Amino acid sequence: MTPVLEVKNLKASVEGLPILKGVDLTVYAGELHAIMGPNGSGKSTLASVLAGREEYEVNGGTVLYQGEDLLEMEVDERAREGLFMAFQYPVELPGVSMMNFLKQAVNSVREHRGQKPLGAAALLRMAKEKAALINLDSRLKKRSVNEGFSGGEKKRNEIFQLAMLDPRLAILDETDSGLDIDALRSVADGVNVLRTDDRAFVVITHYQRLLNHIVPDYVHVMYDGRIVLSGNKELALQLEARGYDWVSQEAVPA
Amino acid sequence: MNTDTQYLHEVAASDYEHGWVTEVVSDTIPKGLSEDIIRLIASKKQDPDWMLENRLRAFRYWQKLEAADQRPNWAHLSIPAIDFQNISYYSAPGSKPKYESLEEVDPEILRTFERLGIPLQEQKLLAGVAVDAVIDSVSVATSFKEELSQLGIIFCSFTEAIEKHPELVQKYMGSVVPYTDNFYAALNAAVFSDGSFCYIPPGVRCPMELSTYFRINEAGTGQFERTLIVADKGSYVSYLEGCTAPRRDDNQLHAAVVEIIAHEDAEVKYSTIQNWYPGDSGGTGGVFNFVTKRGICLEDRAKISWTQLETGSSITWKYPSVILKGDNTKGEFYSVAFTKGRQQADTGTKMLHLGRNTSSTIISKGISAGRSSNSYRGLVRINRKADNARNFSQCDSMLLGDRCGAHTFPYLETSNPTAQVEHEATTSKVGEDQIFYCKQRGISEQDAIKLIVSGFCQEILAKLPMEFAVEARKLLAIELEGSVG
Repeated sequence: MTPVLEVKNLKASVEGLPILKGVDLTVYAGELHAIMGPNGSGKSTLASVLAGREEYEVNGGTVLYQGEDLLEMEVDERAREGLFMAFQYPVELPGVSMMNFLKQAVNSVREHRGQKPLGAAALLRMAKEKAALINLDSRLKKRSVNEGFSGGEKKRNEIFQLAMLDPRLAILDETDSGLDIDALRSVADGVNVLRTDDRAFVVITHYQRLLNHIVPDYVHVMYDGRIVLSGNKELALQLEARGYDWVSQEAVPA
Repeated sequence: MNTDTQYLHEVAASDYEHGWVTEVVSDTIPKGLSEDIIRLIASKKQDPDWMLENRLRAFRYWQKLEAADQRPNWAHLSIPAIDFQNISYYSAPGSKPKYESLEEVDPEILRTFERLGIPLQEQKLLAGVAVDAVIDSVSVATSFKEELSQLGIIFCSFTEAIEKHPELVQKYMGSVVPYTDNFYAALNAAVFSDGSFCYIPPGVRCPMELSTYFRINEAGTGQFERTLIVADKGSYVSYLEGCTAPRRDDNQLHAAVVEIIAHEDAEVKYSTIQNWYPGDSGGTGGVFNFVTKRGICLEDRAKISWTQLETGSSITWKYPSVILKGDNTKGEFYSVAFTKGRQQADTGTKMLHLGRNTSSTIISKGISAGRSSNSYRGLVRINRKADNARNFSQCDSMLLGDRCGAHTFPYLETSNPTAQVEHEATTSKVGEDQIFYCKQRGISEQDAIKLIVSGFCQEILAKLPMEFAVEARKLLAIELEGSVG
């Protein structure tokens, strides 16, 4: 089986400063991988490079997405191919209604998949279903994209878009940051509903607490631009107990 | 950091859709401006004596301003020296100074308007919109006159109004924008050749949108039209103006005057979609749009609302204003000005509060692309006797790219301590992060920019009458797309 994502020896820098120093990661459909690590270890950079942010320069390595060279694809092409990123800081689009935004997004993806575009009524119906599925306040979708949303609403809106766009690979970039425990649980519930056999998740988080609610198949620890430890969900608990200092010692080459 | 740069350059260089020319024989008078020319225009128009006198008075005043070098130069605009002797001040297509019916109109002219999306045959018209079509110096057709006249509404060309309703024209013309108002208002009063006239009788709610479509066709001519709208007590009218011109290498002058009079309890909503030829991306050609638009809320509880979408013209100098004379009157100004290439716009409004409990709202959205310059200039004046006046102003600018400019010049003059005045201003760039966010959802860069810009203008476009809001959105999309017309 072709992995959904196959990252090999990925190196990337921002403004000449190396951040990723050789990342390896293989993710198959149906799996949920958590990537943990201290601040500055390169977790969010990995997400940004996968999504295609231009500020990041790739200096080496390869990324195959469903067997194709991901790094050759434009940002919007990646998205239409089914790569979704839930933003750490979702962006506000003043005056752009959620439904108008979703219509363009959903229909670009559908068109790419050779499906017919959805009309307004069908889209509304779909939005209603998906909002119910992840327990989203349906009033949110009547507002402008993220404008005036609270932190929790913004994060939930990301999961709502995930549900609408039906991606193959969802990358959650510190989706738990800035959330109180109730909001965290609600976002996690949304993600759990959306875990399916044909979809893979890469969940980037600083804290173990999210993984109490979203149970990962694999846990990886990043340190100084590399994945230095991999294991199952027990690893997250170990990290919680022992802190990241322990990892830094482990990571020193013997 | 330059994901949008290339596309924005394309936007800035995008082409003009209505740049073609109608091949039609025209009666164009020689270039130049003199008393003889004024008399020639008056005789072409078969003006009554009082109108000729008006013209000559205005012309002499204009000559004084011109001799004293009183061309307005305070705007944030770089205006090349205009040679007023090198313009033809009158051009009539098809050698007819006026038309009694559509059958008389050259089919080529009808096709012109059809191609512009303004079919003049009533059965083809948008339901609920009456149109006065003005090409160069002449009104060629006015639709739905019959239906409107049954309600006592007068909607006709200015020429016809002078002939058939001289008492109304004499009473109101120049009462809001006198010829002494400014340089271009004086010029217009001297040489204007046609335009639209509209009178709504007391208590009548005009059942359809009234609309004037202006087209400049001939080369080397200027267009100088007047619009006069009188809303009598308790009446209501919604008015729309649209404009286009062919692509030409020399600049063409458009100096119009619009006057609105709203009596007690009357309401006038005036919407403009201005799409004159903007010149090419290097700044060659384009229309100089020097327009004076002003309304007066003459009596209590009157309301005047200006909504404009400005996308055309190489230079725009325009400040649709409201004099709030009656008590409890309201003035509104909603504007979207989009500039690209080498376009320059200096536009805004004046809200002059004279009466008590008067209120005004100003919302201006400027979008600049390419190497264009886009300025908002607005005056809010609260006079001594205007107790409890209120104003809210909001001016937002959006920059597309880093070679354009956005400026805001708000002026506030308050002579009454009870006034409440609020002003908010923002400047933003279409953020890399906004575009990236859209693209990450599968939306192309072009569509992302369109989405973000139309979101930015949304609250203004929502003020336009429905049919025109659709047209306005399309126009903005075309402007942003860079498609060839």
